[in-house]
Amino acid sequence: MRHLIDINDLSIEEIDRLIAVADDIIADPQKYAEVCHGKKLATLFFEPSTRTRLSFEAAMMELGGNVLGFSSADSSSSAKGESVSDTIRVVSYYADVIAMRHPKEGAPRVASAVSDVPVINAGDGGHNHPTQTLTDLLTIHREKGRLSDMTVGLCGDLMFGRTVHSLISAMSRYENVKFILISPPELRVPDYITQTVLKRRGCEYEVAESLDSSMEKLDILYMTRIQRERFFNEADYLRLKDTYILDTDKMALGKPDLSVMHPLPRVNEIDTAVDADPRAAYFRQAKYGKYIRMALILMLLGKEI
Amino acid sequence: MNIDSINNGIVLDHITAGKSMQIYKLLNLDRLDCSVAIIKNVKSSKMGRKDIIKIDEAIDVNLDVLGYLDPDITVNIIRNGVRIQKLKLSPPEELVNVISCKNPRCITTTEPQIPQIFYLSGEDKPVYRCRYCDSERK
Ligand SMILES: [Zn+2]
Repeated sequence: MRHLIDINDLSIEEIDRLIAVADDIIADPQKYAEVCHGKKLATLFFEPSTRTRLSFEAAMMELGGNVLGFSSADSSSSAKGESVSDTIRVVSYYADVIAMRHPKEGAPRVASAVSDVPVINAGDGGHNHPTQTLTDLLTIHREKGRLSDMTVGLCGDLMFGRTVHSLISAMSRYENVKFILISPPELRVPDYITQTVLKRRGCEYEVAESLDSSMEKLDILYMTRIQRERFFNEADYLRLKDTYILDTDKMALGKPDLSVMHPLPRVNEIDTAVDADPRAAYFRQAKYGKYIRMALILMLLGKEI
Repeated sequence: MNIDSINNGIVLDHITAGKSMQIYKLLNLDRLDCSVAIIKNVKSSKMGRKDIIKIDEAIDVNLDVLGYLDPDITVNIIRNGVRIQKLKLSPPEELVNVISCKNPRCITTTEPQIPQIFYLSGEDKPVYRCRYCDSERK
């Protein structure tokens, strides 16, 4: 039984294959409209995440399949104290594939050990969110036509943002990708990312504090939110927060073919005035999330077109 | 029990001085009916000081636990007063129900019936990470 719990469960060839299938779906959605006829996706959301759940459900519907599930823990049996394993054992009799979100780290791994059908991790606390990483990779591929030979800037909270860590880990497997890690000193990427991932894979990287002075070097700018509670004191937060807000002045410093990404939802880290700039890719990114999930569902159900 | 010689049993030698009580606990030696001797701070030409544990019965020792705690321990199997085997240890690839995850956000903290599994992660030195949340066990 194949599952997707961690992005590292997929080889680089499998990721490339998923991207190729997603490309084909985008080119000819009609071809895929009935492929999953009679199949059911269960979306088991033990904590709410409307955006991710709708993306999965839309993906299954566009493949001609059906969806069932729940969108918060209060409407599920876990509210009565049922274990993850028991819930999954039962649901795996009703559905052909499961997308699961859970507030506890590792819950989808527990599910995959007992499930009779493929389990997709749709986010487990702040731990893994592999379909977000796949979405990011498809977006970069769609924007640039490649996943190699580029400079990727990551900006904001690089210490606690797991999305950022997974993207670095996934992109570092491609040839000649350089990273610029832009953050306040207190929110730099953890050492295990620079030591274990970047140095071991021989990736070039730069640690920077200024978004302004990094802008001109970037092919991709991946923005993340800086949460107030991550700062040691209010004064530091107020001093730094505007430095990492992307506005039209900063955009003017960027390359003409820059692509700006963000996992969404944004709060104020990207000024809404940037939305009109064709280099703002974050809404396209949300759209690509559906297509890569379609490709993933096909792969896990063993449907080759 | 004569702590110098045992007839049938196991001698754990070259234990880092001070670690013998931890090993005694994790191997559940307190549950044995036979005699067990813990000898602490023995002079050693190789290690300075070391601990030794002698178990006066041919029990099955969990080698994974020992390999995790200290791969430099030597395990001597004694039969009829003679050492018939000397086992070398290495850090195990997986540890099941030996140590538990301390990450409060981990699923194992709310569902205690889940087996505690740790895997050996290929970093500069042996590091064990929780199978579920990947947090490092220090
Ligand atoms: Zn854990």
